[in-house]
Amino acid sequence: MGLDNENPTLFEKSEERTVSEKDLDDNEAEEFDSREIFDLIRGITDPEHPLSLEELRVVDQSLIEVEDSINTVKVLFTPTIPHCSMATLIGLSIKVRLLWCLPPRFKISVTITPGTHASEHAINKQLDDKERVAAALENTHLSTVLNKCISTA
Amino acid sequence: MTGKLKTICSLKGHSGIVWNTSWHPKGQMLASCGEDKTIRLWNYKDGDKSTLKCLLADGHQRTVRAIAWSYCGQSLASASFDATIAIWDNKSGQFECNATLEGHENEVKSVAWSRSGSMLATCSRDKSVWVWEVWEDNEYECAAVLNAHSQDVKKVVWHPHEDILASASYDNSVKLYMEDADKEWTCVGTLSSHTSTVWSLAFDKTGDRLVTSSDDRTLKIWQKYLPGNPEGISVKDANFVYKCVCTISGFHTRPIYDVTWCHLTDLIATACGDNSIRIFKEEDLSDCNQPSFSCVSHVSEAHLQDINSVQWNPVVKGVLASCSDDGLVKIWKMEST
Repeated sequence: MGLDNENPTLFEKSEERTVSEKDLDDNEAEEFDSREIFDLIRGITDPEHPLSLEELRVVDQSLIEVEDSINTVKVLFTPTIPHCSMATLIGLSIKVRLLWCLPPRFKISVTITPGTHASEHAINKQLDDKERVAAALENTHLSTVLNKCISTA
Repeated sequence: MTGKLKTICSLKGHSGIVWNTSWHPKGQMLASCGEDKTIRLWNYKDGDKSTLKCLLADGHQRTVRAIAWSYCGQSLASASFDATIAIWDNKSGQFECNATLEGHENEVKSVAWSRSGSMLATCSRDKSVWVWEVWEDNEYECAAVLNAHSQDVKKVVWHPHEDILASASYDNSVKLYMEDADKEWTCVGTLSSHTSTVWSLAFDKTGDRLVTSSDDRTLKIWQKYLPGNPEGISVKDANFVYKCVCTISGFHTRPIYDVTWCHLTDLIATACGDNSIRIFKEEDLSDCNQPSFSCVSHVSEAHLQDINSVQWNPVVKGVLASCSDDGLVKIWKMEST
């Protein structure tokens, strides 16, 4: 089977986060920000290429919205091509990574950047269906693929 | 009447998501099920004295998504992501699985017994609704495979008095089914108005009304009309139609995963992804063709995470069970003020 996108555009990785003195103070309660969310997902491997979602610019810090006080995290992701058959799997890997890492109080939304995929609505609906996500995680084949993508994050 | 919903007790035991609860028809026992593949039976006692009665752990290989007691209270059915339905009873003195129904291609999402107990309905992500006939000696025979939906079917419920079945789906619609003159199960109606997945539905005590809850953050009330009705609602060649007579919007801020209509008090309760339980009541002097409902109680943060199910106790007025992603089953009481 051929690849969906044989020659994807590569982008530079961002700088590591600068650690401030305040970051190291355990007594300081800190809110989650978009950079922290980005750091959790940028290292996820694309299911098709040995490249990270950051390098393919599938995820971008500017497309992450966090409102810690109302417990919401919204991530937009951008498939490399509008007919990418892996888009659901990529979205699922982002969602699952965040479900596993963030405190359970967060309501996590992972959707396709508007206008960047032919089946945008159908994929968003699937990713937003908690029952389908839960069932997918119990599927041995799918969870093996997901674990492989997430293991590099 | 307005009222306040107060927690009576919080039942710990499940690990992970608790997906569904079902009251025993006598109202003294509650079953719950979830991600941990178990079913738990709790003795319900007023105050905080409810206790675990029994743990059923060996029926399913994957998440137990839904459970339902038969009206006679003798049998419990469980539906699982492992594509099977298990039937449990305690005829031998302890609860054990005495039948496993296979046939769905993948996750079974819901299970419901008909009022007479002679039929069982199930539905699945495989888009089908199955009707099973219940025979003596734990024999179950598939009477129909209904393929009316174009997507994942989330929930099935029976009419409280007649053999009319309703199903809610990811395809945004609700379908109604009956046996025709030739005893063939057929789809006799489609309820379209929701703009996203319909997660759940419930009949009122008469069966003349249906409430549906959706991912689109609304509840809808549907009224049954018979041929030749004085309101002049077109029924065409059908035996009846259910028409949307009210949309309740502006309350829920996330998907409404479950809805239950109390047959004792007529109150509607909802389970929402915004961690809230809300109670709705039809307003006095409301026109039955254009009813109005008001929210008479709202418990925000009723659970720490999404609430997946709410069920009114069928015998004890104003008692409600809920369960959540937070791993807890809670029992609530509606207190009049």
